[in-house]
Amino acid sequence: MADYEDTKAGHGHGETRRDFLYLATGAFGAAGSAIALWPLVHQMSPAADTLALATTEVDLSPIEQGQSITVVWRGKPVFIRRRTDKEIEEAQAVALDDLPDPQTDAQRTKKPEWLIVVGVCTHLGCIPKGQATGDRKGDYGGWFCPCHGSHYDTSGRIRKGPAPENLPVPDYEFLSDSLVRIG
Amino acid sequence: MTQPWMNNRLVRWIDYRLPMFSFMEKELIDYPTPRNLSYWWNFGSLAGIVLVIMIVTGIVLAMHYTPHVDYAFDSVERIMRDVNYGWLIRYIHTNGGSAFFIIVYIHIFRGLYYGSYKSPREILWILGVIILLCMMATAFMGYVLPWGQMSFWGATVITNLFSAVPIVGDVIVTWLWGGFTVDNPTLNRFFSLHYLMPFVIVGVVALHLVALHQHGSGNPLGIDAKGPQDKIPFHPYYTVKDMFGLCAFLTIFAGFVFFAPNFFGEPENYIPADPLVTPPHIVPEWYFLPYYAILRSITFDVWFLSAKLIGVVLMFGSILILFLVPWLDRSPVRSARYRPIYKQLFWVLVIDCLVLGWVGGNPPEGIFVIIGQIATLYYFAHFLVLMPLLSYIETPRPLPTSIGEPVLGGSGGPPAAAEQPMEKAQ
Repeated sequence: MADYEDTKAGHGHGETRRDFLYLATGAFGAAGSAIALWPLVHQMSPAADTLALATTEVDLSPIEQGQSITVVWRGKPVFIRRRTDKEIEEAQAVALDDLPDPQTDAQRTKKPEWLIVVGVCTHLGCIPKGQATGDRKGDYGGWFCPCHGSHYDTSGRIRKGPAPENLPVPDYEFLSDSLVRIG
Repeated sequence: MTQPWMNNRLVRWIDYRLPMFSFMEKELIDYPTPRNLSYWWNFGSLAGIVLVIMIVTGIVLAMHYTPHVDYAFDSVERIMRDVNYGWLIRYIHTNGGSAFFIIVYIHIFRGLYYGSYKSPREILWILGVIILLCMMATAFMGYVLPWGQMSFWGATVITNLFSAVPIVGDVIVTWLWGGFTVDNPTLNRFFSLHYLMPFVIVGVVALHLVALHQHGSGNPLGIDAKGPQDKIPFHPYYTVKDMFGLCAFLTIFAGFVFFAPNFFGEPENYIPADPLVTPPHIVPEWYFLPYYAILRSITFDVWFLSAKLIGVVLMFGSILILFLVPWLDRSPVRSARYRPIYKQLFWVLVIDCLVLGWVGGNPPEGIFVIIGQIATLYYFAHFLVLMPLLSYIETPRPLPTSIGEPVLGGSGGPPAAAEQPMEKAQ
């Protein structure tokens, strides 16, 4: 009882040991609940088999200049375009100030001839048009996303429309002149 | 007031232990209701009935549906072709979704017109907006289940909305998907949640009803009942009115189910989902078109905020703003009947929402972009500027002194004749 009085007097705000016990118990319970909740939240993240994704190897030899192919990597389409000299020139000539998401063409390619980008619009995940010959390629000769009207240039950079970022460049490596490994 | 069955000994035995009979008597039979409710007050109970229809047909459909990317589309086609009456049950369920939204939208606009959100019904209104949000989540996930092209690409576009969240956006999207694209894990969890959400809605509806019965329904005049002469018992007066409305609704509904079952649908969704081909024109279900138009109306960055982020915030904001309506509208007069300017602006808002829906259904090009931007601006201006402003500049017309007065004549006092309906119900 003496302790109780001491504590009370010591704080001078009417706080007691019991208040401390309430808070400590509450904090312990809250932290415990949060930890117990985590498995229920984290079970929704990609499972081990989903994460254990093979990389994709692509044979580039059949692709002619000016042609594009689409390959699947992590369930997403990857655009591989063997660019023409004109397309490379256009991509390199753009002033960085004109770009919503400034990146030089050199930062986005390992060999200027080959552009490799994830073919998923950075706006809301549609697949832009421009891979097939008859497709609308947009105002900048690259790709055009029909969902909400985003235009990408020949380096896969966003030029016009609601998409905030350039088409992402995946990790890739040239295993030889005609073989590339994505991922 | 006591119903004849209350004399039954078994009923009384049960009621003494579980007061279900007296509860029913109080809330469904005697429940005093304004005597002047119009047919615009039918849509609440109608929505409740459609919710039950959706749950019943949904449970039955789940007995035949397979939530797997390889089998989902085929299992739905099997329901349509092989399962006994599967076509009927599925068409009731798909059209029921559209009907549910039509009814709820009418219910919401009824509330906006007659000021149903004003004191003391603010929480009633907020619960209603929560129901709307739950319905939207349920409908969105349900639309993904048939795993057609629109299912897949609708899911892709909508889940990608969350990538607009700064810094953690991509983490959230991967978490929602359970992978790196919309795929089998996504389909599985959507099925699980699509089954759960209707029961969450039932729970919120129960709260909505408790809040409603606390102060009772509003009414077209927007004034409080002055006494018992202004109210009549719910049964038989409004049970019969609701039943009549239900019959009218079911007639129209059956017309769609049997004669135009795909009227609200998108032909593209009868093509199995293909993750490598985006349809040329992705449109959500019709009831999401206005929000979709708002999402797409932002085509420009503002300072450091990307167009995408602003579009997403405005899209969610267009619904969240409804939570604030009870405090944005400061006018003490509830019913638009007595608010000459608000009445007109209400109809402008209705037209604005229809325009947004029309824009949302068209490609985001040319004139549609401009119209969408103007309509979006007006939508927010209605709530954030016009609504608060009107409270100060509008002179309301004089209110009647009581609900009974225009019907019964005389003053708001309790004339003997007015009490007769109450007595008849005894």
